[in-house]
Amino acid sequence: MTQMPKLEWKGVRKRFNGAPVLDSLDLSVPPGRSLVIIGGSGEGKSVTIKIALGLLPPDAGQVLLDGQDVVGLGERARRRLFSRVGVLFQGGALFDSLTVWENVAFRLINADGVPRKAAKARAIEALERVRLGAQVAALWPSELSGGMQKRVGLARAIVANPQILFFDEPTTGLDPITAAAIDDLIVEQVKQLGRTAVSITHDLSSARRIGDEIAMLHDGKIVWRGAAGDLDHTDNPYVRQFVARRADKIITSAA
Amino acid sequence: MTQASLATPAALNLVRLLGRLAIGAIRPVGALALFALRGVSALFSPPWFPRQLLRQVSSIGFFSLPVVGLTAAFTGAALALNIYSGGGRFNAEQVMPQIVALGITRELGPVLAALMLAGRVSAAIAAEIGAMRTTEQIDALRTLSTDPFRYLIAPRLAAAVMTLPLLTVVADTIGVAGGWLIGVRLLHFNPTAYIRSTADFLQPWDVGSGLIKSAVFGFIVALMGCHHGYNASGGAHGVGRAATQAVVSSAILIFAADYLLTTLFSHP
Repeated sequence: MTQMPKLEWKGVRKRFNGAPVLDSLDLSVPPGRSLVIIGGSGEGKSVTIKIALGLLPPDAGQVLLDGQDVVGLGERARRRLFSRVGVLFQGGALFDSLTVWENVAFRLINADGVPRKAAKARAIEALERVRLGAQVAALWPSELSGGMQKRVGLARAIVANPQILFFDEPTTGLDPITAAAIDDLIVEQVKQLGRTAVSITHDLSSARRIGDEIAMLHDGKIVWRGAAGDLDHTDNPYVRQFVARRADKIITSAA
Repeated sequence: MTQASLATPAALNLVRLLGRLAIGAIRPVGALALFALRGVSALFSPPWFPRQLLRQVSSIGFFSLPVVGLTAAFTGAALALNIYSGGGRFNAEQVMPQIVALGITRELGPVLAALMLAGRVSAAIAAEIGAMRTTEQIDALRTLSTDPFRYLIAPRLAAAVMTLPLLTVVADTIGVAGGWLIGVRLLHFNPTAYIRSTADFLQPWDVGSGLIKSAVFGFIVALMGCHHGYNASGGAHGVGRAATQAVVSSAILIFAADYLLTTLFSHP
């Protein structure tokens, strides 16, 4: 018997100003697995997860979370369903007007109705899980480095024990050591705790570290999918060009 | 090809152009109306965020007191001088206190307080929400199971509608006091007589109509800030544009609403 995917894109299409970005995208993630979507700039990686998160409506197709179509859900049903989801945004997307612990505890206080004192304790616990001390809790996001902001964003994503995690370019803009540290934290939170994860990145080192599987998005479709270890051995010309960092042939630079 | 078949595409193009222009003009109005409807409906359905409301009351109301007070004081003083010198042309200097009070409470208090708020608050709201939009903070709110309309928009609308009338009361009081100061110090009015004639002359409706106006203006100021900020795009440039649009559209709508409400109140 085949296992029902935790998350599935079925025939998803999306156009911007008439130009197709996703063209009948079919992709699924089994429960407890970490899938990394790679692809060039402007290939629709962010659009793919924004559609899954209900932040963008698709022109056609379905997105199934635990078998339930999330496209066109009402605000209340959406809020209930997405209580199982945690997201780490590319820039952290921390709320400037709130302190670090208030950022981390945001869902607990504002959506789950947890009292502020208990929420603060859980936020500090989550901060410790991403190797940030309690002294950081009272700081403002603007007082943190980029790497620390990513850690706070990760703490905010995991504090409510979500079943599925999304990571949008988790290591972009970080130095290699901080990036590796973020990757290790993601692996720890995803693989060791058996959560499902979907990440998008064009950092191949990060993709190899955090992914069980890697899928390559090109021209709105998945052109290759395989185990993270197969990334360097595949004959797929798109992947080979991407891995070799060549700006010619099949994929042309969007820059 | 016949002449009729040549004319048809030209006529169709004209109709198409007119249709496009009409839709282009109507679409922003429709989008604003839908935005306002979502914001108002978020006010009346849970969850509510009282902490956010308190923050906005403090930010919109309390911190606008100095600028509103100063504006009202200088306007009241200038109005007193103008009415006194103008009234002198037909020996009507003595009605200066009443005209100042009427002008301040019915018109200048609400409008000037609203314009000050448009400059200070509408731009700040647009810039803050616009920056949240461009840095994915609004997306983050949604993924944290929080409706941005309930968390961001509704508290700002409610705070502006509640606080602008209070600011207008302050502006009315300080504006009349400014007139009194000029009347007593420069124009040699009797201090007690000035106050008594003002109090005897003013009707509750003079103040009440100004407060109703200011509640409407408060809604406009917050709505324009929220709407332009929420729909900002294009990074820092987009945020700057949103702030400018918020101030300009607030000011225009305040004057338009002022005229409409004054017309309505003048013909009960």
